[in-house]
Amino acid sequence: MTTEHSGTGGAGGGAAAAVRVDGLTVIGRPSDVEIVSDVSLTVRRGEILGLVGESGSGKTTLGLSLLAHGKRATAITAGTITLSGEDLLGRSEAEVRRLRGRSVAYIPQSPASALNPALRLRVQLAEALHDAPAGGGGVDARVREVLREVALPDDDAFLARYPHQLSGGQQQRVAIAMAFIGRPDLIVLDEPTTGLDVTTQAHVLATIRALTRDYGTAGVYISHDMAVVADLADEIAVMYDGKVVERGPARRVLATPSHPYTAKLLRAVPLLKTTGHAEAAAPGEDALLRVRGLRAGYGKADVLRGIDVEVRRGECVALLGESGSGKTTLARSIAGLHRRFTGEVLFDGAPLAASSYKRTAEQRRRVQYIFQNPYEALNPRKSVRDLILQPYTHLAGRPDDPDAVVGEALERAALPAAYAARYPEQLSGGERQRVSIARAVATRPDLLICDEITSALDVSVQAEIVKLLRGLQDDGMALLFVTHNIALVSNIAQRVAVLNSGEIVEYGPVGTVMSRPEHDYTRALIADTPDFELSFSESPLHRTIQGAEPRTRTAGD
Amino acid sequence: MTRLVLKRLAYGLLTLFVVSLVVFLATQALPGDAARAILGRDATPERLEALRAQLRLDDPLVVQYGSWLAGVVTLDLGTSFANALPVSEYLAQRAVGSLTLMALAAVIATPVAVFLGAYSALRRDRAADHATSAATLVLAAIPEFAVGILLILAFSTGFLHLLPAVFAGNGQAVLEDPEQLVLPVATLVLAVSPPIIRMMRASMIEVLESEYVQQARLKGLPERTVIWRHAAPNAIGPVAQVIALQLGWLAGGVVAIEYLFGFPGIGLALMDAINTRDLPVIQAVTLLIAAVYIVVNLLADIVGLAANPKVRVSAR
Repeated sequence: MTTEHSGTGGAGGGAAAAVRVDGLTVIGRPSDVEIVSDVSLTVRRGEILGLVGESGSGKTTLGLSLLAHGKRATAITAGTITLSGEDLLGRSEAEVRRLRGRSVAYIPQSPASALNPALRLRVQLAEALHDAPAGGGGVDARVREVLREVALPDDDAFLARYPHQLSGGQQQRVAIAMAFIGRPDLIVLDEPTTGLDVTTQAHVLATIRALTRDYGTAGVYISHDMAVVADLADEIAVMYDGKVVERGPARRVLATPSHPYTAKLLRAVPLLKTTGHAEAAAPGEDALLRVRGLRAGYGKADVLRGIDVEVRRGECVALLGESGSGKTTLARSIAGLHRRFTGEVLFDGAPLAASSYKRTAEQRRRVQYIFQNPYEALNPRKSVRDLILQPYTHLAGRPDDPDAVVGEALERAALPAAYAARYPEQLSGGERQRVSIARAVATRPDLLICDEITSALDVSVQAEIVKLLRGLQDDGMALLFVTHNIALVSNIAQRVAVLNSGEIVEYGPVGTVMSRPEHDYTRALIADTPDFELSFSESPLHRTIQGAEPRTRTAGD
Repeated sequence: MTRLVLKRLAYGLLTLFVVSLVVFLATQALPGDAARAILGRDATPERLEALRAQLRLDDPLVVQYGSWLAGVVTLDLGTSFANALPVSEYLAQRAVGSLTLMALAAVIATPVAVFLGAYSALRRDRAADHATSAATLVLAAIPEFAVGILLILAFSTGFLHLLPAVFAGNGQAVLEDPEQLVLPVATLVLAVSPPIIRMMRASMIEVLESEYVQQARLKGLPERTVIWRHAAPNAIGPVAQVIALQLGWLAGGVVAIEYLFGFPGIGLALMDAINTRDLPVIQAVTLLIAAVYIVVNLLADIVGLAANPKVRVSAR
């Protein structure tokens, strides 16, 4: 809070408001359903408003309206948006275009698809700057300056790169630089850290915070993740079904949420510091899965080296690592989907062949895999019933009573039996992932491999899936839970293996690893994760949350 | 990048070799006897025998193929059975004529089709888009010689008498009388364009819906920049293959069009050669058509590679 622009608490009033939204309503065509209804907001310079809600709550539509942009088949039907004291809606296309990049800029959710793959960074950054910058130096100098501000290299070689030559974190930094280059009054950030792992996310968030303060820019940060918003925002507005149901200073909203939906969102955030799930099995008991000295790679490059992991019956082992750590390759190797590995994989005492083709039907039945993206893992042409029955028939033979098999699988995935007749496109993301789970558990496997199965889902849906998995585990199923989300590890696993650059750097009970991490990498991971607990530890809600999320495995379901 | 291009080039040569084999075997399998076709029904057995020996028709197939292939490599395509001219001399003029026809059609059809497809995408679901859509469907459904006939009816024999219906002249320097080229070229353009237009429209629509185009708009760029700098270069990649297929088709499609318009090109030469069992000419023309096809596809591959920075940069 060092610049002259910054609002000082609530005393700034209207004069410092970068953007003011009054009674905004956006409808979808041709159904005329209100996507955003009667929303009013104000964001002051130098401050960040956290706009929280689930997919479909209208938060992205609202965010795009701030740039006077509507997706196909949407229309703003009522309300005003005042940007830097001037009315935004009702301007001509050319005038709106002049404002974009100068007065208001947008940082997209997925920079990998929002950066043009065919253009060099130099072109994409320079074109975002419409006017020669004040203070001389020219466009090129400003491009380099803003790159330095987001902690990227500013040399010619870097500027000559294409987006595919950058890491995900670097791509997001370029997108941030592109938004800040014109020194706008307002920046709309649409879940800009969703695709990033925690370390990168922490750095990107710090950059955003520093730049909004230095530039005196107002920020609207759209997210479904309360933990991130709690870390970043000065004010929070909670959206539900197109309406802002709660709005206020971040601390107040987090400590004493007044709307039940806000409380639900808060409760959905997994707590970082826990004692871990209780030990499921006594050490020394026969392991269901035993991996010894596994080494795997693609082509000549080794992705995994010297991997030793054990999963006992009824136990959940988390594989924790960031993108590129090799955790998915390990999961795929165990499942028989990645064949190029050496080392020993013993399942229930018997060695598993590298390729799933060479495994027996019984072995394949007993090890099931759930994929990361439920939008791509279900064949859109098959009904839920067929999706569940087909692998079942293949692995376990034709059932006497198919409906019973489908019904039971759906029930275990907490879906109504009536869903059997539906097709994937009729399901939400969370429901799709439940169908994936139903498909996997239909064959009554002993080991379930979950590959980042919650990362494509909203936080509240994620919490429900985690609860479901815990129930399955209580029924005696062993889980190998692959994730980059350290907070989830605390909530589901008994033991955790931390993967870093293809090696397991730490392996032990969750409680021990979380409270006394021994490896620097684990410590850094824990430090970079937004620690949600601290933000509202004084609140009475905190106790309810702890009460609602029992760590011991009782017959609570 | 260079290595990739060389690799494609090697594949192209390999394909050409396989084609030469197939062409040679296919012409051998043609029913009838070349010697009898040349000398007619009344020829005496002695003369047939002598001619067979002269044309080396009794040599083993492998030897015949070997000597033919050696000739091809040194650009000696043999001597025409029918008119006793060296094949290369006989075909040179006609090849130039046909290639002119194809090149003109390609040079006109490609940009026009790409532009029309892009325009159609920009006007999505409006009148201009629907009209283009309907027109391309109709054109794609009619065989090219029927399109040619309709054009002749419209512009030379029926309503208007603007352009000549049939090629007059001996095929020396076809460019000297451009009026004669209009209808054949127009027919070819109408035949190759529809799939390019449809593909470009679909590809452009996908790109226009992409997040990087939305991002470009949100950066406040003028619509012109958004379309020509951000959208079009990304849309053209998938279309390049379709363009290649269509232009490759030209090499074969030109046969029917030359026949229709009486255009003295390789297509007409091929028809004559088949009638007279003129094996060297048939072999040379088919090989030429295959070569055009391969070269066009090779070019499309290179364009496709060059348009993709991922390939261009990483394989430098």
